[in-house]
Amino acid sequence: MKKTEAEENERLLVRRIKNGTVIDHIHGGEALNVVKILGITGTTQEALSIATNVPSRNMGCKDIVKLTNRELSKEEVDRIALISPRATINIIRNFKVCEKKGVEIPTLIEGIVRCPNPGCISNTNEPIQSKFKVLPKGLYCHYCDWVITKDLTSYII
Amino acid sequence: METQHLISIRDFDRDEIDKTLDHARQVDEGKYDKNALHGKILATLFFEPSTRTRMSFESAMARLGGTSLSVGSVEACSIAKGETLADTVRVVSGYADAIVIRHPKEGAARLAAEFATVPVINAGDGAGQHPSQTLLDLYTIRQSMPIDNIDIALVGDLRYGRTAHSLASALSLYDTRFHTISPKGLELPAALAAELSDKGMEIIEHDDLNDVIGNVDVLYVTRIQRERFPDSASYFNVASNYRITPELLKGARKHLIILHPLPRVDEIDPRVDELPFARYFEQSRNGVPIRMAMLMRVMQ
Repeated sequence: MKKTEAEENERLLVRRIKNGTVIDHIHGGEALNVVKILGITGTTQEALSIATNVPSRNMGCKDIVKLTNRELSKEEVDRIALISPRATINIIRNFKVCEKKGVEIPTLIEGIVRCPNPGCISNTNEPIQSKFKVLPKGLYCHYCDWVITKDLTSYII
Repeated sequence: METQHLISIRDFDRDEIDKTLDHARQVDEGKYDKNALHGKILATLFFEPSTRTRMSFESAMARLGGTSLSVGSVEACSIAKGETLADTVRVVSGYADAIVIRHPKEGAARLAAEFATVPVINAGDGAGQHPSQTLLDLYTIRQSMPIDNIDIALVGDLRYGRTAHSLASALSLYDTRFHTISPKGLELPAALAAELSDKGMEIIEHDDLNDVIGNVDVLYVTRIQRERFPDSASYFNVASNYRITPELLKGARKHLIILHPLPRVDEIDPRVDELPFARYFEQSRNGVPIRMAMLMRVMQ
């Protein structure tokens, strides 16, 4: 079947990887936040490719993250569901997609988001991580009951 | 057995609240074992000033045959040396059978409960929760009327006042109509108001106390703190509009009760103390049976 122009562009933008993880269908413009949530920084070993605002038939535009030689666990990738619930995860082994899965929003997130309440005990030097319950209305701080309903990405640690 | 902590009124359902209030009534009537907590030690960790809460917990412990330990001022303890709260409660867990904590940071009691090996009772965390105050507020209301189908007005600083937040959360479990009267900028936090509305609570905002005084059964007054205003003149200007006076109360329902978590400054005219509406000193006294019931609940 002939590839569409969008698919052809995508292919040219990011090379195939031999082994690792491809996170596809990330909400357009959120790839850098996804990388941040996954704790991938310039100091880690993985080769990382990021494509942002790639034309997509279903989503208009999307972001793609490719990570070589590292297979992300379900627990790790579920964290990104908070900012990109339509993301899909492809585990690649020897250039073949061996596993393909969606992301699920976790019920509890720890250490990813900072509580916006300056008076919250989680913003002090105590030996704890921030902890939020994920509820339909937003993220509820386990410690101070503060609710994050918008601008979630600005509170990512 | 799992350690039982009392951190937030949100952790209680209506049945648990009612049972605690019933237990407190029995205690109030003298129907309790005076040595129920004999040999037990309560540690009071107060990192903020307190008169009523601390003394009534200590009084409650003494009436049940137990003893209390405290650290004195924050300056006198290891927190001043930079020790974390987590370490402090781990250490104090080794000295006492339960810990009562007041701390300026919200969520501090929840954190303390995670590190303590004995029960923790929250005695106020920043602008957050103060469950023992809420229980004694409800107990005082219930002494005068059933907490059902009643109109309650919250007056004063509803933004930073933790007693107002805790009470509002608890009242959402009951069939009450909620009236709020507060200065601009000190209204009930929007997130809390939305949460209460979601639970089916009717919240009616008013600008003027005179509009509401004839339509409520309970008037819950809180202190408007001077430091929330840029200067003394604007504070006095605002505070005078929220002052409860005998003149204002002329239009009140006969069975109205006035509550205040105390300390009061100018919010209630001292002449109101002599009127049958005033229940705030009784409310303060009710702290003892409520806290006795709470201490028995976590330590027995």
